[in-house]
Amino acid sequence: MVLVLALGDLHVPHRAPDLPAKFKSMLVPGKIQHIICPGNLCIKEVHDYLKTLCPDLHITRGEYDEETKYPETKTLTIGQFKLGLCHGHQVIPWGDLDSLAMLQRQLDVDILVTGHTHQFTAYKHEGGVVINPGSATGAYSSITYDVNPSFVLMDIDGLRVVVYVYELIDGEVKVDKIDFKKTSSNQSAH
Amino acid sequence: MMLDGTEDEEKFLAAGIAGLQQNSFYMHRALDSNNLRDALKYSAQMLSELRTSKLSPHKYYELYMRAFDQLRKLEMFFEEETRRGCSIIDLYELVQHAGNILPRLYLLCTVGSVYIKSKEAPAKDVLKDLVEMCRGIQNPVRGLFLRSYLSQVSKDKLPDIGSEYEGDADTVSDAVEFVLQNFTEMNKLWVRMQHQGPSREKEKREKERSELRDLVGKNLHVLSQIEGVDLDMYKDVVLPRVLEQIVNCKDEIAQFYLMDCIIQVFPDEYHLQTLDVLLGAYPQLQPTVDIKTVLSQLMERLSNYAASSAEVLPEFLQVEAFSKLSNAIGKVIEAHPDMATAGVVTLYSSLLTFTLHVHPDRLDYADQVLGACVKNLSGKGKIEDKKATKQIVALLSAPLEKYNDIMTALKLSNYPRVMEFLDIPTNKVMATVIIQSIMKNGTRISTSDKVEALFELIKGLIKDSDVSPNDELDEDDFAEEQNSVARLIQMLYNEDPEETFKIIDTVRKHILTGGPKRLPFTVPPLMFSSLKLVRQLQGQGQEENPFGDDSSTSPKKIFQLLNQTIETLSGVLTPELALQLCLQCAEAANDCELEPVAYEFFTQAYILYEEEISDSRAQVTAIHLIIGTLQRMHVFGVENRDTLTHKATGYSAKLLKKPDQCRAVYACSHLFWVDDHDNMKDGERVLLCLKRALRIANAAQQMANAARGSTGSVMLFIEILNKYLYFFEKGNPQVTVAAIQGLIELIMNEMQSDTATPDPSADAFLATTMRYIQFQKQKGGTVGEKYEPIKV
Repeated sequence: MVLVLALGDLHVPHRAPDLPAKFKSMLVPGKIQHIICPGNLCIKEVHDYLKTLCPDLHITRGEYDEETKYPETKTLTIGQFKLGLCHGHQVIPWGDLDSLAMLQRQLDVDILVTGHTHQFTAYKHEGGVVINPGSATGAYSSITYDVNPSFVLMDIDGLRVVVYVYELIDGEVKVDKIDFKKTSSNQSAH
Repeated sequence: MMLDGTEDEEKFLAAGIAGLQQNSFYMHRALDSNNLRDALKYSAQMLSELRTSKLSPHKYYELYMRAFDQLRKLEMFFEEETRRGCSIIDLYELVQHAGNILPRLYLLCTVGSVYIKSKEAPAKDVLKDLVEMCRGIQNPVRGLFLRSYLSQVSKDKLPDIGSEYEGDADTVSDAVEFVLQNFTEMNKLWVRMQHQGPSREKEKREKERSELRDLVGKNLHVLSQIEGVDLDMYKDVVLPRVLEQIVNCKDEIAQFYLMDCIIQVFPDEYHLQTLDVLLGAYPQLQPTVDIKTVLSQLMERLSNYAASSAEVLPEFLQVEAFSKLSNAIGKVIEAHPDMATAGVVTLYSSLLTFTLHVHPDRLDYADQVLGACVKNLSGKGKIEDKKATKQIVALLSAPLEKYNDIMTALKLSNYPRVMEFLDIPTNKVMATVIIQSIMKNGTRISTSDKVEALFELIKGLIKDSDVSPNDELDEDDFAEEQNSVARLIQMLYNEDPEETFKIIDTVRKHILTGGPKRLPFTVPPLMFSSLKLVRQLQGQGQEENPFGDDSSTSPKKIFQLLNQTIETLSGVLTPELALQLCLQCAEAANDCELEPVAYEFFTQAYILYEEEISDSRAQVTAIHLIIGTLQRMHVFGVENRDTLTHKATGYSAKLLKKPDQCRAVYACSHLFWVDDHDNMKDGERVLLCLKRALRIANAAQQMANAARGSTGSVMLFIEILNKYLYFFEKGNPQVTVAAIQGLIELIMNEMQSDTATPDPSADAFLATTMRYIQFQKQKGGTVGEKYEPIKV
C-alpha cells in the first residue's frame, strides 16, 4: 500500500493566503510516500512546505510558478501504475477530457494528473484515469466559479487504486472515494 | 596581593574553626557531665572566635554556622537544666558574667529563647531586653550576624495571634515592634558597612554587602509570616515603619534591595491596598536607585495577581491602580531625566502588560500608555539601542498577544507612532509579526479605514524608507517579506462590494508606492482581489442596472482600474506576468459580456507578446495561454474574433522551434471549433490548421534529416493524427476517413523507413492511439459506426 498525495494550483500568494488550516492539520509528515503536484504553487515557501510533508515530490510547471526548472510533463511509476503529470494549460481546450485523454495516450500512463481548471475531476475511461485534484487553496479561477479547496489522496495497492477526494465545503471537510482497478487489457504496451 | 589576601583569609578561617572545635569539644564534655560553669566558660571561649575582624562576610558566615549548631545543643542543655530545677532567671543573670560582650550576647539570646519558652516572664519583655542589649555590638558584620541569630531563635516565639506566647500583656504589636526594631538596627549596621574601610575598596565592599542583604531581608520575611499582621496593621504600622527606614537610610543598595523585598514577601492584595504609600516612597529614594526595575517588578506581580482570578479585578478598579501606577511612572521618569531609553520603555511595557491584564476592556488605557511612551521618546528619532528596541518590540507585541487580533491594535492610535521609533530592520520584523498574527488568527480586515491603519503600521514593508533607500536585504529574505504582504492582501475584503472596492483602492494606493522591486510581488494579489470582486458583482447581477449608476461599483469601473494599473506598471512587471494578468482580465470581461474591455485586454496581451516576450520558451507558454483563453471567449463579434484568431495563428507559426510551431498551430484548430457554440464551428478552418501543422511537421522532419542525417521523430505526426481523430469524432465534416487513413499510412511508412530514428515513446504513443481506435470501433453505436471504415 502506497499513499500518493496529489494537489496543485495553490496560487500562493497571488490568489490565496495559504492552505486551509483544516487541510494543514490533516497533512502531516511521515504518512505520505509521494507527492505529485501539477503546478502553480507558486512560490518557494510552498515548495518547501510540501517538501516537509514528503521528500519525494514531483512537480510540473504551471504558468505562474516562479521556479522555471520544473518540467512541462513528467511520468513516474509507482507499484504497478504509471503516472503522468502535467499542469494542463498546454492542453487546449482547457479541462477538455478528450484532449486530456490524448495527452494520456501520448505519455502512455494509467493515471494522468493535471490541474489548471481548479475543478476537481476524476474520470475513468478505457485507458485509465484522468484526475484533476482541483485547487488545494480554493484559489480564484477564470475557468471555474465557486472553487472549493480540494486535494486528492491515492491509495495504490497492487492493481487497485482508491482515489480519495477531500473537499472543504463551508468549513467542513467532505471525503469522496473512487475505486479503479487496472486489468491486464489496459496494461501498458511494454 | 589579592591572592595573598584570600590565602590569609583561608588561614584565619581554619584557625577560627580549629579554636571553635576545640572549645566546643570541652563544652560538650562539660555538658555531658552537667558542669554548667565549665559549659558556660567553654561556650564563651568558643563564641570568642566570632569576634574576628579578619574574615570576609562569606567566610564569617561559615564560622557562624558552626557556632550556630553548637548553640542549638547548648540551648537544649539550658532547657534540661531548667527542668532539673535550675532557675531560668538565674541562668539569664549567670550568662551575663561572660567576659566579652559578643559571647555574652550570643549566650544571652540563647538563654533568652529558653526564658520565653518557660513563660516565666512575658515574651515581650525578654524580646525587648534582648533587642536592646544587642545594640552593644556596633561592628556591622558581627552585629548583623548576632541580630540574625536573635531573629532566628525568636521567630517561633513571637507573641503572634494564636501563638502560645500571646497573652494579655503580650500582643501581636509587641511581636511586630520587636521585629521592626531588629530590622531597623540591622539595616543601620548594613548601611554603615558602606562607610567603613578605604574608599578604593568600594566595589569589593558592595559585593560583600550584597552577600549580606538576605540577613536584613529575612526580617521582612518574618514580618510577613506573622499571622497578626493583617492589612490594617500592615498599612498602619509595618509598611510606614519599613519605608521610613528605607527612605531615611539614603543608601542605594539597601533601598533597591528592600523595595524589591517588600514587593516579593508581602501579599499582592496588600500592595494593591497600599499603592499610594508604596508609590509615594519612590520619588524619595536616592536618584541612583534603579527604580524602573523595582516598579516593573511591582507591576508584574500585580499583573499576575490580576490574571490569577477574575474575582480580584474589582479591587484594582476600586483603588484606581492604573492611574496611580501611571502617575507614579510619570513622576519617576520626570525625576530621572537621564534614564536610559530602555528603562523608560520597560516601565511603559510593564504598565501596558498590567493594564491589558487588569482592564482588557479599556483600550483607551492601553492607548494612553503608548501615548505617554511616545511623548517620552519624542525627539529621539530612531532608537538604536538594542535593549531599548527589544523593549519596544515587547511593548508592541503585548496587545497582539493579549487580543490575538490585530483589529484591537489598529484601534490604538498611538501604536503606529511607537513603531516609528524602531530602526528599519526591527520595524520590518514587527510588521511581519503583525502580518503573521493576522494570518495565524485568520483575521479578516473588512473596512478601508482599518486597511489604511494597517498599511500605516506595516509601511516599513510597503515602501523604501526615506532614511536609507538602499536596502541591502538578502534577496530571499526580501521575497519572503514581500510574499507575506501578498498573502496579507488576501485577507482584506468585505461582503459588501462597495467596501471591498474602497479597500482595493486603498491597497492600490499604498502598494503603488512600493517601487519596482516590490510591485511584482504585490500587484498580482491586488489584481486577483479585483477580479474576485468582479466575480462577486457578477453574481449579484449589478451590471444589469440599465441606468448605469456611476456612483456604485461596477465591473466596468474595476476593469478601468485594472487597466490603469497594468498600464502604469509596464516595464515593472515581467512581461510574462503582465500578459497572464491581461488574459485573466480579458476572460473576466468576457464573463461580464464587456466586449470592448475584453478586446482591449487582449490587445495589450498581444502587444506584450510582440514587443516584450522574446524568450522562446516563454513564447510557447504565452501562446498556449493566448490560445487557451481565446478559445473560451464568446463575447467577441465576428470581426474582432477574426482579428484575434488570425493573429494567434500567425504567432503560432512563427515560434522558433518547428515542433513548438506545429503544436501551437494544431492547438489553434480549437479556435474554430467550440463545443456548444454552433456559430463557432468552422470545419474548413480547422482542417486548414491541421494541414498547416502537418506541413510544419514535414518541414521538421526534413530539417532533422538535413541536420542529422536521419529523420526526426514521428511524434508530431501521431499528435496530429490524434487531433484528426478528435475532430472526426466531433463530427467535423472536413475531417474524413480517407485523410485519417492517409495519415496512418504516412506514419507507418515513416516508422519503417531505414533512416527513421527509433523512438520508444513514439512507438508507445502510436500503440495507444491504435488501441484507442480499436476500442472506439468496438464501442458500437454511432461512434463505432463512424470508426468502422478506418482500417488499422
